[in-house]
Amino acid sequence: MRPWKIVAAGEGGQGIQALAETLALAAYRAGLQSLYIPNFGIEQRGGVSLAFVQISPAPIGSPKFLRADLVAALSPRALRRSGQYLGPETFLLYDNSLIDAPQISDEVVGLQSYDTIAPEAFAERSSYRDRRPAVEAPSRCLVAVAASDLARQRLHPRVFNMIILGAIVEITGAVTLEQVKEALEEKLDRRFKKDPRLREHNFAALELGAAAVKEKATAQA
Amino acid sequence: MSELSMPRCWNRESKPHRFCPGCGHGLVLKALGLAIDELGLEERVVFACDIGCSLLAWDFFTFPCLQTHHGRTIPVMVGLKRARPELVAVAYMGDGGGYAIGLQHLVSAALRDDPITAVLVNNTVYAMTGGQMAPTTLLGQKTETTPFGRDEAETGRPFKGPETLSAVAHPQAYLARGTVAQVLRLKNELKRGLERQLQGHFAFIEALSTCPTNWRTNAAATWAFLEQDMSSFYRPGEVAVMAGKED
Amino acid sequence: MAKAAELESRAFITGNEVVARAALAAGADCMFGYPITPQNEIMHHWRRLAPQQGRLFMQTEDELSAGFATIGAVIGGKACFSATAGPGTVLFQEPLSMAEMMRLPVVVVVQQRGGPSTATVIYSQQELNLVCFGGNGEGLRLVYSTGSHQELYDYTIKAFHMAWRYRFPTFVLGDGYQAKMREPLQLYDPAERGFGPIPKEPIFGSVRGEGEKPLLHLRNSFSVEEELSEVLGRHLEDYARAAPELVEHEFLGGAGGELLVVAHGIVGRAARQAVRELRAAGRRVNFFRPITLRPFPEEALRQALEMSGGAVLVAESAQGQLGKLVRLAAAEWGRPRYRTLYRPGVGITAEDIAAEIEEAILA
Ligand SMILES: Cc1ncc(C[n+]2csc(CCOP(=O)(O)OP(=O)(O)O)c2C)c(N)n1
Ligand code: SF4
Ligand SMILES: [Mg+2]
Repeated sequence: MRPWKIVAAGEGGQGIQALAETLALAAYRAGLQSLYIPNFGIEQRGGVSLAFVQISPAPIGSPKFLRADLVAALSPRALRRSGQYLGPETFLLYDNSLIDAPQISDEVVGLQSYDTIAPEAFAERSSYRDRRPAVEAPSRCLVAVAASDLARQRLHPRVFNMIILGAIVEITGAVTLEQVKEALEEKLDRRFKKDPRLREHNFAALELGAAAVKEKATAQA
Repeated sequence: MSELSMPRCWNRESKPHRFCPGCGHGLVLKALGLAIDELGLEERVVFACDIGCSLLAWDFFTFPCLQTHHGRTIPVMVGLKRARPELVAVAYMGDGGGYAIGLQHLVSAALRDDPITAVLVNNTVYAMTGGQMAPTTLLGQKTETTPFGRDEAETGRPFKGPETLSAVAHPQAYLARGTVAQVLRLKNELKRGLERQLQGHFAFIEALSTCPTNWRTNAAATWAFLEQDMSSFYRPGEVAVMAGKED
Repeated sequence: MAKAAELESRAFITGNEVVARAALAAGADCMFGYPITPQNEIMHHWRRLAPQQGRLFMQTEDELSAGFATIGAVIGGKACFSATAGPGTVLFQEPLSMAEMMRLPVVVVVQQRGGPSTATVIYSQQELNLVCFGGNGEGLRLVYSTGSHQELYDYTIKAFHMAWRYRFPTFVLGDGYQAKMREPLQLYDPAERGFGPIPKEPIFGSVRGEGEKPLLHLRNSFSVEEELSEVLGRHLEDYARAAPELVEHEFLGGAGGELLVVAHGIVGRAARQAVRELRAAGRRVNFFRPITLRPFPEEALRQALEMSGGAVLVAESAQGQLGKLVRLAAAEWGRPRYRTLYRPGVGITAEDIAAEIEEAILA
């Protein structure tokens, strides 16, 4: 297989880190070299959350990199923030749902719950301003999946990230859906036992994401 | 405009602020801003924040604001005040900064009756670093370093700041505990604390606050923890100075 | 102690968890700590795992207290450690100078973050000066700079053994990237790899060297210069004697090289990848990575220089902290031609280093 350098970027609360960690875990379980690192730093709520994953048959060098083979940018801000990792050969996976990804409003009091992270451990720096213009990618590398709509209409808003993960698996072929499912079993063992529907939703979301990419590919062919 | 709208001395360019939704820091800083507005002190105040979630307020006001080191906000402001007595010094910190790593500074400033106003946010945890035990963590409360609940035998009892300082502070010092559940009252306590500094004395106000992110609570549970659990152990109100009473 | 079978497994965990597991496997007795990003999870994992095995955790009121409490427990004969970063490493210098003077085997894991001051909680290699020479003394310390989770595990275990065998305070120097990233590693029972129990003993009553009396009185203040000089002279001699046994490095390449790339820690890993790729493409580039920063593998560096025609590229996420050590070591070799890739507080990728090497060779 070829090595893959992957950046996933989205809003805090979209489950970006869980997605990346699951992917890396699946690759590790498949006997590949695998490295995952979140971008973290002092941050307020509602910042962009960034994750770096590398999967390779050979030893992996630095944990971060300059150019990605695949960027999954899951909100307009996330696209701006991760544009620097795009090169001419980079796949760009994005969410083209009709409904916008939720942006956390400062006015909302007391809505946050378990997946908020304390400021020092959170995504990127608060004073970071990316002044680069919005990116343009060659269209053959563009992959759009209406993940947010699919999650809401077909399953549950929370499995949005698993739809994206399914799509990444389909694009890269770095691991199989089965390996990702096994990784999820390991990660969510206790929660799956408590609520088997959670397993169903997550697995269905993976399939949905993969199918969406496959459909596009056949339509284009 | 209601009395609780944005204080004049808030720096609008840094709003919306950076705290999590439901965080009490914003309310404490609102009360502080209103107190400064009402006393007309904008031109004289210098504000310093600790390292902790308070650091997110480094550009919060229109007057000069300074980030210091974790636990060192009080000595920095003591130095500034000695150099420039005409300024009004506000030292803003968390319970980790004030009651753990910087406790010697807090006690020493109270002992020396340094004319500064120290404001400490009690949210029962080290919030910025991800929710470890603070000196103020309640018994039984779960944190990252008390994963099975805070145990008195292992870690001692929660720390009561104003009550402790009452044994060492100058008789003219001002000591109080307010709460973000009563912002107007907290504002009045902060006002008294600023006035006491103007009279040349030390003032210390602890504010009971919320941290839904590290408590992992929704809105209802957040307020219940603040108004019931915290407020019954940490009683809001002014605290009389005991020191000097014996002679 | 956990059963060997439990220990002998592969894992895909964060570097902070690796450190906690390594300290457990090594047989460390206690940890004193104060929260600071990016090392917090060392504390969190230790706090969850250690009590089940009868080990101790205490959250202190600050780093001064964590350092001095570690000293106290070490004097009591326990294998004891702490973990910190950035401004915490600064505060640790006071207890560590005492440990240096009294030859106390304190182990500290440092996950470097950006500086100076509070700066970032993310990553840097800016704490090299602090861990090597931070105290008001001579830097009688042992410092391991790791570059992978496997090394974090290996050298955390080794740190306890070397600290107690040689009686120098010992650092494991990681960084925020290593702390927070996940990658595979092999966990093992140190006993199966030739590490017996940590050679710990109560400091009072212990015998330090041949012909020496059992230690009963420990001090760090002296009334006359000569007295200090005599004690310190002995420590310096011990250090110099131990250095050849302590130094470790990695070298990749061979004679006839055109350039030697020097980097440590996680940047060493980027450099190794760049050098490997360029060598595969026929470039004669060599790679040198000091694993011990104190003592520094000076002799090995000079040999590597010899094989590389005296051209060096130093890459680090600091403004020349490693660079200074390299220059010092190289001084005895002659006058190398230097290039530097200094990025204080910022990560360096294999691509960055490859580009710099290309330029160096063309230049
Ligand atoms: C010397 C030093 N040690 C540790 C830290 C890491 N640190 C940053 S914020 C913090 C705790 C903050 O807790 P608290 O003071 O209660 O403020 P909060 O975030 O809860 O408002 C710590 C330990 C540091 N910055 N400097
Ligand atoms: S972590 Fe807690 S204290 Fe810090 S900003 Fe969020 S809610 Fe406020
Ligand atoms: Mg706090």
